[in-house]
Amino acid sequence: MKHIVIIGGGIAGIETASALTDTGHWVTVIEKEAQVGGKLNNWSCLFPTFTPAEKIIDELQDKCRNKDFSILNKTEVRTIHRQNGKFSIETSNDHKLEADAIVVATGYELFDARRKEEYGYKIYDHVITSADLEELFKTGNDITVAEGKHPKRIAFVHCVGSRDEKSGNHYCSKVCCITSVKQAIELKKRLPEAEIYCFYMDLRMYGKHFEELYREAQEKYDIQFIRGRLSEASEKINKSLLIKSEDTLSGRPLKMNVDLLILLAGMEAGKGTAAASETCGIGCEESGFLKTTDSFLKSNFSEQEGIFLAGSCTAPMSVNDTILHARSAAMEVNGWLRSH
Amino acid sequence: METTPFIWPFTIGLLFITCFLVIIIGIWISSLSHIDKSRIIHGILTPKSWLALREIVLESLLHRKIFRKNVVLGYMHMSLALGWFLLIVVGHIEAWIHYRTFFVPAYKAIFMRYFITGPSTTLSGKILAASMDLLLLFVLSGVALACCKRLNSQLFGLKKTTRLKIGDRIALYALWLIFPLRFLAESVSAGIHHNGSLISQPTGQLLASILPVKSLEMPLWWAYSGTLGLFFFALPVSRYMHIPVEAVLIFLRNYGIKVQKRIGGYSRIQVYSCSRCGICLDSCQMAHVDIKDTQSVYVLKHIRNKNLTDEKLFNCLLCGRCQPDCPVGLELNNLRLTQRIESTKEYNSSYDYLKNGNVAISPQTEVIYFAGCMTHLTPAIIKSMKEIFTVASVKYWFMDEDKTACCGRPLMQVGQYEAAKKLIEHNRERILASGVKKLVVSCPICYKVINEDYALPGITVMHHSGYLLGLLADKRLPVNKLSLQVVYHDPCELGRGSGIYHQPRLLLDEYATLIPMKNEKEASYCCGGGLANIKIQMNERNQIRDKALDEYLAYQPDMLATACPLCKKIFAKSNKLPIHDIAEIVYMAIRQNISMTQDQTINKKKIEIEIWK
Repeated sequence: MKHIVIIGGGIAGIETASALTDTGHWVTVIEKEAQVGGKLNNWSCLFPTFTPAEKIIDELQDKCRNKDFSILNKTEVRTIHRQNGKFSIETSNDHKLEADAIVVATGYELFDARRKEEYGYKIYDHVITSADLEELFKTGNDITVAEGKHPKRIAFVHCVGSRDEKSGNHYCSKVCCITSVKQAIELKKRLPEAEIYCFYMDLRMYGKHFEELYREAQEKYDIQFIRGRLSEASEKINKSLLIKSEDTLSGRPLKMNVDLLILLAGMEAGKGTAAASETCGIGCEESGFLKTTDSFLKSNFSEQEGIFLAGSCTAPMSVNDTILHARSAAMEVNGWLRSH
Repeated sequence: METTPFIWPFTIGLLFITCFLVIIIGIWISSLSHIDKSRIIHGILTPKSWLALREIVLESLLHRKIFRKNVVLGYMHMSLALGWFLLIVVGHIEAWIHYRTFFVPAYKAIFMRYFITGPSTTLSGKILAASMDLLLLFVLSGVALACCKRLNSQLFGLKKTTRLKIGDRIALYALWLIFPLRFLAESVSAGIHHNGSLISQPTGQLLASILPVKSLEMPLWWAYSGTLGLFFFALPVSRYMHIPVEAVLIFLRNYGIKVQKRIGGYSRIQVYSCSRCGICLDSCQMAHVDIKDTQSVYVLKHIRNKNLTDEKLFNCLLCGRCQPDCPVGLELNNLRLTQRIESTKEYNSSYDYLKNGNVAISPQTEVIYFAGCMTHLTPAIIKSMKEIFTVASVKYWFMDEDKTACCGRPLMQVGQYEAAKKLIEHNRERILASGVKKLVVSCPICYKVINEDYALPGITVMHHSGYLLGLLADKRLPVNKLSLQVVYHDPCELGRGSGIYHQPRLLLDEYATLIPMKNEKEASYCCGGGLANIKIQMNERNQIRDKALDEYLAYQPDMLATACPLCKKIFAKSNKLPIHDIAEIVYMAIRQNISMTQDQTINKKKIEIEIWK
């Protein structure tokens, strides 16, 4: 029986583990947190169907319970050596594992919005990120600003830490546009009185039902989309925010006072993926995401034979894309093990 | 008086170069502004002239600045300059004594060993002859070093040396040949007439024993005179123009003349005073990204040759790091700026929409606060300043809280001087209308232009580092030292640009522990973000920044401190070290609340790296 070690117990890791177990292999997942599911645990609902994230988490946990693969929680990989075609892995808990193949599923990290200082995240009281908003949705708490009032005007800022040379990330994080549409609708449902504006560069409604949801946001929920990037925000004495931008469709500078500013923080490869790149000796793209050997036919293959990649450690991905990428990783690993 | 035809190449050359210099320097000085001319007239009979003479001896002859930087290089320059100068002086004294008159033609002194065939008999004559021999040896040692430097500049601790053009080459080879030829000619004459001294006499005898010296004498003196003449004729098209022009420059500088915003006589004198020593190449950070043809030495050369391209002119951060190293003390940044103003056409700069309106300020207002555009992109600095004003109970007017025109400095840096003037005038009127007597600026870029170009009589302009230090001295701010090891990055516009090095350090020392560094103050690095460079690529900027950061990281600080919003933004982007403005650190200390923007553990927890075989 072949043994496969999977680094990361998020959606990609668990989905790969489950599929590989089905093909009759012995699988161990190394997860640094106490529970599986990764960043999905922090999310309330998923676009474009408003499916509760819990539903996906429950499915993943069911798989963990019902299928015969093991999970090492609160564990990180320290070193990996290759000996006689096998990998010997040492973990932070001094476990020693032997594996025939490795799957890297270390995922992404949210862009730290403090690095875009001009938007005032953690400096002004009412600037939050899309992740903070999900957490607010999850707790179900009332959404209030100064003096406990409901925000009357809310703005979303797209591409915070994505497509931005100044923050060092040239790539598109792919999921933020539709996240903004989804979150704007959810906010409007909770706060029907609020005016909601989305400041975008382009709207990339690439997936199934995305474009329809965007249309609904405009027609049904009266959400305003303004093409323009925010230049800066400043806080007024009443803690509302003065934002400056340009409406690039009408070609005019624009100033607006909002009560709540929501930053759509992009995806970055993050420290976990950087560490995996080092321990596994596999290369990164300029963006920091892991390199695949071919973007069409070998999107799960790393530069090292026997080490495979799954999920958003290779590029920003939606939950949907991650599940598909993880399943294809399982197929590739299985095929490779049988031919070796 | 006796004469011989070989003196003519030298004499004609000397006549030519004398006339040329008198004319060209005359033209430059006559094109100075009236104010500058009156500076000369009022300065010429004052101690300023003595100071200039002293500087000429120390720098043009002794090359003290180069000595400080590199002893071998200093010796090379000194032996050539001082040695040659003394050869001329002592040679003339010798001739004056011999001919018993001060009116000795130059060639008589220069070719004395040819004309005076008898050995010197008096003691003073012997001493003079011996010193002439030793001086020549001194110069020859410099020539030898110069040849070595051409072959391998790294032997001299220089990473690079300048590339030469044809005029320079002719002058350089002529210069190298002058002294060996003089030595040979004098030795051969000594071999024939026994009129040599310490070194030339034995060399002459040696030569006479193996060579037909009689037939060699004339050709050698011809060659010596010819190379001298050649050198004089090549001088105007070579970098050696710096020898005479630098002396003029030192006088004018001591009279208080500075480079203006327009090209004029003085900026030309500066350009011609560049010796192209190439010392500025070593301090330039553009070399970190392999940009090696835009440095000051090349720009000055291209200005002289009238073939400067915008690509080279604008591919510079104007960080000024080359300036303190220049042995001639040229105003390298201002020279480049003057050129930028010249080569830039005014662009969309009517600014008609700027309306001054009324400035209504409460009479108790103590200071005007001008944050600047860059600081608006780093609101943590503004927030800190606002809180500090509140803590110190300072009543302030936040001049650019909502909308204000740019300070004008970025336009100025790219040569849009006329456009910048309009913004400056607009802001200036508002500042004066407020009636407030103190202006605090958070951005060194704004600070420099407001301080230098705004003309605000009676108003004290301060960068916030100095202002906060003042508040502290007046006991209006609490002292509360944080347990932080901090490295301070000098912003170019505040440090080299405005000469403010100590106030930020004194302030930081009160609130944190400052780690001294190798490359600080005048030698500090540029963050790479300078607005003055409109040609450089973002990735090149990042490389320049990372090179500087590598050095800072080596000191293992808890935090990088700076006093410029642009530097802060540039360094924050790299995500390698927490960075804060000095105002934020003061505010943190006051609030006892250290907020780190970056995860400190990132460097400490290093996972073992295995290299695969």
